[in-house]
Amino acid sequence: MREIKSSQTYRDKARAASAKPAAHGDDIDLGIYVSSAEEQPYQTDPSQLPAKAKEQMLGAGVILDDTSQRSGTFIQMDNTPVHSSSRQDDIEVMAMSQALEKHDWLSDYWWQAVAVDSDKYTAHVELNQSNGYFIRALPGYKTIYPVQACLYLAKAQLAQNVHNIIIAEEGSELHIVTGCTTAFKKEPGLHLGVSEFYIKRGAKVTFTMIHSWNPEIAVRPRTGVIIEQDGLFLSNYVIMKPVHSLQMYPAARCAGENATVRFNSILVATPGSMMDVGSRVLLDARGARTEIISRAITTGGNIFARGYIEGNAPDVKGHLECRGLILQGEGMIHAIPELKGTLANIDLSHEAAVGKIAEEEIEYLMARGLTRTEATATIVRGFLKVDIEGLPPLLSAELQRAVEASEEDLT
Amino acid sequence: MLEIRQLTVTVEGRKIIQDINLNIGTGEAHVLFGPNGSGKTTLLMAIMGFPKYRVTQGNIIFNGRDITSLPLDERARLGIGMSFQRPPVVRGVKTSDMIGASLGDREDKLTIDRLAERANMTELLDREINYGFSGGEIKRSELMQLLAQKPEFTLLDEPESGVDLVNIALIGELINELLDKSCPIVNRKCMGLIITHTGHIMDYVNARTGHVMIDGRISCGGDPREILATIKKQGYEECAKCVLGRTTSA
Repeated sequence: MREIKSSQTYRDKARAASAKPAAHGDDIDLGIYVSSAEEQPYQTDPSQLPAKAKEQMLGAGVILDDTSQRSGTFIQMDNTPVHSSSRQDDIEVMAMSQALEKHDWLSDYWWQAVAVDSDKYTAHVELNQSNGYFIRALPGYKTIYPVQACLYLAKAQLAQNVHNIIIAEEGSELHIVTGCTTAFKKEPGLHLGVSEFYIKRGAKVTFTMIHSWNPEIAVRPRTGVIIEQDGLFLSNYVIMKPVHSLQMYPAARCAGENATVRFNSILVATPGSMMDVGSRVLLDARGARTEIISRAITTGGNIFARGYIEGNAPDVKGHLECRGLILQGEGMIHAIPELKGTLANIDLSHEAAVGKIAEEEIEYLMARGLTRTEATATIVRGFLKVDIEGLPPLLSAELQRAVEASEEDLT
Repeated sequence: MLEIRQLTVTVEGRKIIQDINLNIGTGEAHVLFGPNGSGKTTLLMAIMGFPKYRVTQGNIIFNGRDITSLPLDERARLGIGMSFQRPPVVRGVKTSDMIGASLGDREDKLTIDRLAERANMTELLDREINYGFSGGEIKRSELMQLLAQKPEFTLLDEPESGVDLVNIALIGELINELLDKSCPIVNRKCMGLIITHTGHIMDYVNARTGHVMIDGRISCGGDPREILATIKKQGYEECAKCVLGRTTSA
């Protein structure tokens, strides 16, 4: 495989930003992590991966024993891609190193949706390139089943660096499920993942990401999305397991007329978890639309739930909904919805609510014969049930199952 | 049978109901009149068992069992159900979820669909409960949940308020179904206590007995149509006069 070598310009910019803290979240000391891990053997058949790893991946929505309902599969363990395959000719799924070898033009997409010098984490990924995935749907091709990708942290103390590029060519339709998880239960680790999405004219991408870490892992995904005319990007993010520190603020830019983007996030912070998660959308072309919905629950952890919509073109519309539920006394939820408009004929709105479950609602359900515990569970289940328009039924059901699997721990 | 003996109820330290006696026999439906703030809803909430409505004196006996200190959900499972005047919006919980919850062990999709069709609520099944519902939709939704719950004793808090003339007949039918009104009197088991301001619901539901509540006391009991006629003619002032004189049970 070709070694990933970026241009000198990107490396220079990255070096200049290598100590630049992120705008949000705790500052992570990158020096405590190691950058190299042993190479992992490649597996032609993903069902032959170790049982423990497969079980962990399954918990994050990645199915390896029967891939008949997947269009393609990519697995990276630590910094080694251990499997990549596509079941459709019109969909490319491969390691980034392989993709760079195959497509000379890929460098045109490199660091175009995310700035290399955004902060020390993007800089670290640039300066310590260690693969990632490349997924592309060819023009006009529509996937029925999702492509799945897993980024798996197997070595403790490792900083996993990932750079992914996803391209949906004109008129294509691509569904992706990504599960990010770890082998270990307590040891520290760091996941740095850069993902750049390019949604071409009339294309549609749904991206469902499930994170399942441990209480000592720090996570800094960096995501940028560019959506062309009539394109649609739909992101669903779920984290219901403990994490030490998570900060991400994916940014999507509606660059073409009538481009649409939706972000749905489900966040559950257990005691000791610190999450700072938001979604940012720039509506830069006429008729662009966005909806950002987040549901945050704390059972003792801290959550900053951010949202930002900026309207810079006529007839754009954006809505931001941020709801937080404090189930136990110690946790904190800080909702920070922001709207910015730069011209008259735009329509931006937001609603935010943070609090505990209203006693009146619990009693209403109890009056129908439910116990207090059953009533609380029903309300929490409803709170976490985000109706996701545009997600294929199979994925919708899988996402719901992933959420329900963790619900029992909440009440 | 429901027996209320010398019941006094306080809400946040304030005495709202005082020394009430009321008997509702098996198969009977009673109507409760009274001006705003007289304590009618408080009585229903206390019978249902909402913790905010504290019984400081007296007893509530349901089918021979003293339920005065029984928690709300246990009373519901024992066979007491309530249609709320202003039920809360529960975001994320769909109407179908609420019917499912009310059905308990009997929950199945076919039953939910049938009940929804019966209450003309099919289109609202996937909506969050009470969110953006009109007055009529709220009432139909409440009755649909009760039909799923099948309580033996039903408390109805102004079931006709906010309902248009077209829908009031349907509301009446649903209440009659809840109260077993299609059965011959001797076979009827279900009981009800209905709060009404206008009495419109009495055009559809045949209630045998009416009571008037004034200032937290029940002032009289008798034929509900006669009582309504008196209230319409003379207002509640006449009833208020009776309060000092007597406290009746049905």
